Amino acid sequence: MASVALRSVSKSFGHVPVINDVNLEIADGELVVFVGPSGCGKSTLLRLIAGLVPVGAGDVVIDGEVVTDIPASKRGIAFVFQSYALYPHMTIARNIGFALETLGLSRQEIDAKVAEVAVTLKIDHLLARRPRELSGGQRQRVAIGRALVRQPEVFLFDEPLSNLDSDLRMEMRMEIAKLHANLAATMIYVTHDQVEAMTLADRIVVLNKGCIEQIGTPQQLYHAPQNRFVAGFIGSPRMNFTAVSANVSGASCHLMGPGNLSLDVAITGPGVPAEIGVRPEALSIAAARQGKLTGTLERLEDLGHEHLAYVRIAPETAWSVRLPNSLARTALGTSIGLDWRFEDLFLFDKDGHRLDHSLSHERSAAANGALA
Amino acid sequence: MKTRLERREHRSGLLFVAPLIAVLILVAGWPLARTLYFSLTDAYLDDSANHVLVGFSNFVEVAGDPVWWRAVRNTLIFTTISVAIETVLGLAIALLVHQAIPGRGLVRAAILVPWAMPVVVSTKIWEWMLNDQFGVVNRAIVGLGFADHGVAWTANGSLLLGVVIFIDVWMTTPFMVLLILAGLQILPEEIFEAAEVDGIPWWKRLWSITLPLLAPTIGVAVLFRVLDALRMFDLAYVLAGANVNAMTMSIYARDRLINNQELGVGSAASTMVFLLIAFVAIFIVGALRLDRSGATER
Repeated sequence: MASVALRSVSKSFGHVPVINDVNLEIADGELVVFVGPSGCGKSTLLRLIAGLVPVGAGDVVIDGEVVTDIPASKRGIAFVFQSYALYPHMTIARNIGFALETLGLSRQEIDAKVAEVAVTLKIDHLLARRPRELSGGQRQRVAIGRALVRQPEVFLFDEPLSNLDSDLRMEMRMEIAKLHANLAATMIYVTHDQVEAMTLADRIVVLNKGCIEQIGTPQQLYHAPQNRFVAGFIGSPRMNFTAVSANVSGASCHLMGPGNLSLDVAITGPGVPAEIGVRPEALSIAAARQGKLTGTLERLEDLGHEHLAYVRIAPETAWSVRLPNSLARTALGTSIGLDWRFEDLFLFDKDGHRLDHSLSHERSAAANGALA
Repeated sequence: MKTRLERREHRSGLLFVAPLIAVLILVAGWPLARTLYFSLTDAYLDDSANHVLVGFSNFVEVAGDPVWWRAVRNTLIFTTISVAIETVLGLAIALLVHQAIPGRGLVRAAILVPWAMPVVVSTKIWEWMLNDQFGVVNRAIVGLGFADHGVAWTANGSLLLGVVIFIDVWMTTPFMVLLILAGLQILPEEIFEAAEVDGIPWWKRLWSITLPLLAPTIGVAVLFRVLDALRMFDLAYVLAGANVNAMTMSIYARDRLINNQELGVGSAASTMVFLLIAFVAIFIVGALRLDRSGATER
């Protein structure tokens, strides 16, 4: 097993910079998830670590050794592709054992290893088949088996579950979590699926436009995002934002905004709030003019286990509210209030950095508590 | 019982292929039927209306002609060797051009030049270059001291077929490169990346992944080339006329038909060429189907 480190890694395709000066330390046995919107460079970063793409500048370090100029085949890594990338003309057994054929093992040794991996992944009844005779979930198991059999130092997963339907995705997610627990291997996992990121990761790396926005545990990212991008990216539905104007006098600060917003907050650090954010699940419905914000109920969505309400607080801004119960008795178009607990309020300055206020440190403490 | 919708689709399907079938009957079916018919008669070209049916005696005559068998032998040697060289060379060049090498676009365009030239033109160019007294090839050989005097490339009977094969390889390898390159480009890249990460050495990637996945493409390319080579006429005819050392089956048929005016015997030879090519085509297509069951889907 091995640690992985990126030191000032940059990469451009032609004149387009894709990765900008990324520094990252991944501990031995850690499962780190890269998330970010499409085009943020998360897959490229994974391929740089794998050696499938040469770095433009900086160094990739695996197990303390600089591997920047070492080919992918010698880096002791295994890569699981989104498309599975199985060899279509080979049986499942040969697909899994193919990499062992060049290691000078005997046929029996290879067969034994393949059989062992197949049993672990519950694909031992499929060994004589070919990839096209398998379902998507089975193919993904084979792809993981192919990585597993080589006993690599580091596992790299590039959106491995994106081509599966939601049931299978949940099942495979648990398999991967179990695998990580059993092997205690270093794993780096790229996904655009927040649920995968939140449930699998020891730490999450949020990427945006080729830069790291924040690195932290799932709880840290959710409860204490460093900036507006991370706050908006982690959580579903996404955090509600609205611009505010601030009137600062000493440590206290008066905020005015759409929806009759009028709030006093105590800023504990430097910076002037320009925007506030509240998560949909932190909002509750109050009578009109009773909450901190007032808006018009525009739409209700009944998802069975939860209900989403969309409340328009300004012509260009609608907030989503996540409710455990239906709002059946409230007619669309009526004016309602929105309320939240004070510690659920996020403040951002004009550059998107999150500002601490008098109650936000409790949240950070809670996050650190959850981590420990 | 078919539904009305099915019947309607069936009818419109027939309607769409009808023009094609009509054209095929006109340009392929009719001449073929005429040739088959004439092969059973004693007709002569200058007065084809005046003939009687003679059964299979024309076929017997062709089969008893040592020149015919020489032509068959030449054609088979030419086909086997030229297609084999073109396939190996085409594969090698396609693999090379498929790599992201600098100037790849230029190389790809340059490769196509020999194929884009008319056969007669390139044959004539090579004939001049291989000319025993004035040719640039002999000039180079003598100038570089490999030989005291030039080689009679096209006049020497034993060299002639080799020269024909050489020119054909020069002309049609680009076609092979093009087809195999197209096949290479549709192979999913991630499979090769997976093999690379897994530490599979390049020769094993080539042998165990690229070639099996490319087999259907190579099969089709070989089919095209074999059928083309079996009916080869122009190159050998422009280079050597009816010289028996380079005579192909098509040249033999033409020789009997036009030079000797023997419409019946010429038709019989043509029919035999047709049957031989059809047999080979059916064989290769059959072999391809068997291959295909395992290799294409990802």
